[in-house]
Amino acid sequence: MREIEAGVITEAVAKLAVEATHFLPEDVEGAIRGARETEQSPLGVQIIDEILENAEIAREQMLPLCQDTGTAVVHLELGQDVHITGGFIMDAVNAGIEKGYGDGYLRKSIVAHPFGERKNTGTNTPGVIHTEIVPGDKIHIGFMPKGGGCENMSRYQNFLPGAGREAVIKFVCETVDQSGGNPCPPLVIGVGVGGTAEKAMTMAKHSLFRKIGQRSEDPEVSILEKTLLDAVNALGVGPQAVGGSTTALDVFVETYPTHITALPVAVNIQCHSARTKHTVL
Amino acid sequence: MESKEINLPLTDKAIDGLQIGDRVEYSGILYTARDAAHKRLITLADAGNELPVALQGQVIYYVGPTPPRPGRVIGSAGPTTAMRLDPYTPRMLELGVKGIIGKGGRGPVVREAIQKHHAIYCIAVGGTGALLNRHIKNVEVVAFEDLGTEAIRRLEVDHFPAIVVNDAYGGDLLEAGKAEYRTKAPPSP
Repeated sequence: MREIEAGVITEAVAKLAVEATHFLPEDVEGAIRGARETEQSPLGVQIIDEILENAEIAREQMLPLCQDTGTAVVHLELGQDVHITGGFIMDAVNAGIEKGYGDGYLRKSIVAHPFGERKNTGTNTPGVIHTEIVPGDKIHIGFMPKGGGCENMSRYQNFLPGAGREAVIKFVCETVDQSGGNPCPPLVIGVGVGGTAEKAMTMAKHSLFRKIGQRSEDPEVSILEKTLLDAVNALGVGPQAVGGSTTALDVFVETYPTHITALPVAVNIQCHSARTKHTVL
Repeated sequence: MESKEINLPLTDKAIDGLQIGDRVEYSGILYTARDAAHKRLITLADAGNELPVALQGQVIYYVGPTPPRPGRVIGSAGPTTAMRLDPYTPRMLELGVKGIIGKGGRGPVVREAIQKHHAIYCIAVGGTGALLNRHIKNVEVVAFEDLGTEAIRRLEVDHFPAIVVNDAYGGDLLEAGKAEYRTKAPPSP
């Protein structure tokens, strides 16, 4: 049994919060540069240039990429041979969020009660923390500062079990089309198909931790991802929805076995900066 | 694509000269306001009270910035989703607001109100808050300080870049742009 001190988790999370909100991931920047070469709309190209310039300024001047530094979504893969000492793991993660958002001059966007007074907690806590028990003696931490504009465009629907992949394609296209400029295209789109309602949405969110271009290992799913990317880009929504050929940088699909009566489909969208950062303890 | 330089506050003449797809650079004063500030302003106006900010001819910027690091006037400061403010916008235009900066599209009621009041809606590029920071020279909280990031701030801006999405002639860039670049019929619902 390997021991990990709770304070180490706090420090790691704080560092991830600052890095994820300031440094555009390399794979995302590469994809945006690629899109600049293929974008058909001159205004779209100008917007892409501003997005790239923004990344450079953020990095060099330590300004957050976006003022919406998000809900802190944390995905913990906890090795079953790890023992946390000196505190409760969830408290340690939230302490890290508080520290990162405070020391990093990040915006605190969390209100304590969703329909009541909506008073800001002042610390950006609590985060939304997902845990998964995995083999081994390490902790893998994925950090995603998730913006409100794109998160608000999430959708879920139960389809008839025989509706098939066509239903998935239609639903994803419809979601992106209706979202317009709200989620800040060019987008990265996460899709969860199967399981139950909460499983589908969790898969959609989790898929957004992948690197751009990383296809599903399931050949059938991988083909669906490519089909979806083409279909979404044919919509013409374009950068910031001003019209153009780059509506999405990538589409990720995760699937899970499901009930004989069911075909759950969930869509969770990321903005063009697709902010994520990982570490392993 | 050349940008049109516009000094604020907005004049009717400046609005006359703007069409969807135009790039503009605003210099002068912008006022920030988001959901909570809109609600309060309209509640005050409806009760017949004086507003803490004279809205006539002003441009409202939908933004909730990050806190500034020491030595800076403001942090990252890009636009937020405009559609959330749709319920308040026709009233704000009645109160004299002439321009708005946000991101994403507006609903039909707002588009109509923009045309009716001879106003203009622009987007700044969402998710470029670090770049937009450079165009903000001075910041002063002028109302509702208790709202924190949602307080009304007076921003002095220099060549602040934006794109005209809804002009005073009823045009909508997002609809026009999508129609131009759509390569297949959208999937039927």
